[in-house]
Amino acid sequence: MPHTELPTPSVNPAPPTDPVCGTCALNHASQLLSLGVDVSGHDHVVALAGNPNTGKSTVFNALTGLRQHVGNWPGKTVIGAEGGFGYRDRRYKLVDLPGTYSLLSTSEDEDVARDFLVFGRPDVTVVVVDATRLQRNLNLVLQILQITDRVVLALNLVDEARRHGLSVDERHLARELGVPVVPMAARSRQGVPDLLETVERVALGTIATRARPVHHGDVRTERAVSELAHRIQREYPELTNTRWIALRLLEGDPGIERAVTDGTLGRLAAPAASTESFTDRSGKTHS
Amino acid sequence: MTTTLDRLRNGQTATVTALDVDGAERRRLMDLGVLPGTPIRVDRVSPLGDPTAYLVRGSVIALRRHQARGIHITVGQG
Amino acid sequence: MNQPSIIDEATRLRGQLPDGFRDGIVESLHNDAARIAETSVTEHGEGGRPTLDRLLDGALTHRVWGFAVMGLLFFAVFWFTISGAAGPSGLLSRLLVDYGHGQLHALVAPLHAPQWVTGLLLDGVYLSTAWVVAVMLPPMAIFFPLFTLLEDFGYLPRVAFNLDRLFAKAGAHGKQSLSMMMGYGCNAAGVTATRIIDSRRERLIAIVTNNFSICNGRWPTLILMGTIFIGALAPPALAGVVAAASVVTVAFLGVLVTLLVSWGLSRTVLRGHSSTYSLELPPYRPPKVWRTLYTSLIDRTLKVLRRAVVMAAPAGALVWTISNVTVADASIAAHLVNALDPLGWLLGLNGVILLAYLVAIPANEIIIPTILMLTLTLGPNLFGAQQGVMLELGTAQTHTVLVQAGGWTLLTAVNLMLFSLLHNPCSTTILTIWSETRSLKWTAVATLLPIALGFLVTGTTATVARLAGWA
Ligand SMILES: Nc1nc2c(ncn2[C@@H]2O[C@H](COP(=O)(O)OP(=O)(O)OP(=O)(O)O)[C@@H](O)[C@H]2O)c(=O)[nH]1
Ligand SMILES: [Mg+2]
Repeated sequence: MPHTELPTPSVNPAPPTDPVCGTCALNHASQLLSLGVDVSGHDHVVALAGNPNTGKSTVFNALTGLRQHVGNWPGKTVIGAEGGFGYRDRRYKLVDLPGTYSLLSTSEDEDVARDFLVFGRPDVTVVVVDATRLQRNLNLVLQILQITDRVVLALNLVDEARRHGLSVDERHLARELGVPVVPMAARSRQGVPDLLETVERVALGTIATRARPVHHGDVRTERAVSELAHRIQREYPELTNTRWIALRLLEGDPGIERAVTDGTLGRLAAPAASTESFTDRSGKTHS
Repeated sequence: MTTTLDRLRNGQTATVTALDVDGAERRRLMDLGVLPGTPIRVDRVSPLGDPTAYLVRGSVIALRRHQARGIHITVGQG
Repeated sequence: MNQPSIIDEATRLRGQLPDGFRDGIVESLHNDAARIAETSVTEHGEGGRPTLDRLLDGALTHRVWGFAVMGLLFFAVFWFTISGAAGPSGLLSRLLVDYGHGQLHALVAPLHAPQWVTGLLLDGVYLSTAWVVAVMLPPMAIFFPLFTLLEDFGYLPRVAFNLDRLFAKAGAHGKQSLSMMMGYGCNAAGVTATRIIDSRRERLIAIVTNNFSICNGRWPTLILMGTIFIGALAPPALAGVVAAASVVTVAFLGVLVTLLVSWGLSRTVLRGHSSTYSLELPPYRPPKVWRTLYTSLIDRTLKVLRRAVVMAAPAGALVWTISNVTVADASIAAHLVNALDPLGWLLGLNGVILLAYLVAIPANEIIIPTILMLTLTLGPNLFGAQQGVMLELGTAQTHTVLVQAGGWTLLTAVNLMLFSLLHNPCSTTILTIWSETRSLKWTAVATLLPIALGFLVTGTTATVARLAGWA
């Protein structure tokens, strides 16, 4: 359903201690409270992932009221940015990740995204996809679904898809993937209320997501993955994405191998794994 | 007719048959959706003659000639 | 624990798998994705790329027109900036400098504050800040929105596409042109943006050369010099065009230097092959004009201005102080300028400019106000100014001051433009280079190489101009 464009709000309910939050806004229509850089006391961590140039930073800005660099070329965001928003009576920390084509990471900006999804363990991962390039975007979605099934698919750029004569059956897509799908045109804030609603429900667990299992063509590969996954599960009973980790280890992914040997994986598996701040972990704050 | 991607002419369509590159480069191409069986066509050539932009799975992706040389294709029934 | 470790287990299992199993995994994912996409998307119309995109690409990446359009677009951006900013700049300077400064003096006169207090605050801090606002705000308020519109439209990746062959020849990574684009806003951001480059060799090249992208802080210097010295050479009707052309020329020189230095580095200390390149050309997107204007004004313009003001205030105080503290019958500033003058002369510049570049290491934004303040203080006292007072002047009088009090010539202006392109990065950028490379050696190279080039180039132009009798 189309939402009209919301006017730039004038109220500023942000705590007065926060000088950066110039556009913090109480958005009555959607019960959204943009908190700018204030992520204190958040109840949930939400990550924004997706291919480059799909509108992640646009979504980030729409929710937090911040102004991350957006522009029409791939690779603008290279360091994750954090911001906060409130919806209904909960506070969320939102992390804008660099765009990646896959999680097989070859460059530093892609590492940032993958490490956060695997080791930062967000409560909800919003995968922002480009409705006009669905096929290539879904390749990444399937990879993310192997890591976590607490995923909301933000089907962005539907305005552009419409202009190009494409329409996407989001119900079918949701059924195929096993996670909720929200059509959006983030630049004009269409779909923002639906997205918030869906994120809340996944965060609270009132929507049961069940990611479709991915099988790997070859029977031998499949067997090796299962065997290694069992082995990992025995050592780390709390881990949920053992199949994915097994797969990465079979492929010889150095990042994951390091996580096994230096104990990062073990800490992840601990029930109350502390969710360290993203910026602390990467050792740098964004500028 | 089988050849390599750098030989493909403007506007021609082909199908990828094999990737003759290794390591990170191979990964990168596959991530972008360039794999055996993928239809690919030349969208345009850069004004200086290199790189060339290809239409793959709905996106336009520019590749330098030496990379295109490592991508085997069949031209024809495209 | 006698059982093999997980890693060993993985290695063992991997040994049993066929060679191409990695490809098999990726392929199965893509096949799944393709199947899901096919069943979810309905295509009305003929499919493929939209005609408008094809037409635009046809023009913007055309063999001949591509470059012509590129030159024309950038030229138009600067021309709009220069001709549009003149009026508002004059107005602001009359308001803040002429009127505001006098009013403030009148306002505090009844307080009988000691002279050094009003001097430091009003003549140092206030005037330099007011100057920065008057000189920088109007051009930035025009330049950034225009540039952002081009960016939102999707033009920048086309520039990268057009120029890539040159970058490839220079042994640079294809994405270096993107970090270069970021550098046109801010070099520190440009250096961080090199993270999109996988290979360390090519990343270092991109980092070292990022400084040749003219950043926010340097555009005002170029625009001012182009306007008052170079544009002024042309008949009034053409002044704006000539001024814009001179700025574009310097920006273009920056690209040339980037390519040459990349080439030099990749032939010597950073030898190697250029690695994979894949640049996605996004669809053209009609920008939301009003929103773009609004956000680029808020984000870029005011951000840059804030930094300039924050830096200008202490710099103003510093310049006022060194101009007024006397050691052995001359001010500290005079001693410094005298010491720097011979080198300045060699480079076709002068001691004041070099001292200003020292003061402005934290932020290039304050070069011009610092130069003016020092020139007025140290030059022959034409305007009856007190020591360290930056006189109340608009852009029009700047020329007079620099020529009459500073002894500037066309050579000084041209070399200042060149030096503005070729000098050390600002301190923020240097710190960013350090934190990105963690290498003292490369931080030093990235800092010293540009300034060495600056000395070389300005020294050469000065010598040539003098030998030819032009200056
Ligand atoms: N038409 C349209 N354009 C959009 C929409 N959302 C974002 N855009 C535009 O798409 C471009 C990319 O947006 P960003 O938010 O920078 O994308 P990103 O995913 O953060 O990109 P990276 O940081 O490079 O990975 C910008 O030019 C946006 O203005 C939308 O819903 N409709
Ligand atoms: Mg982004």
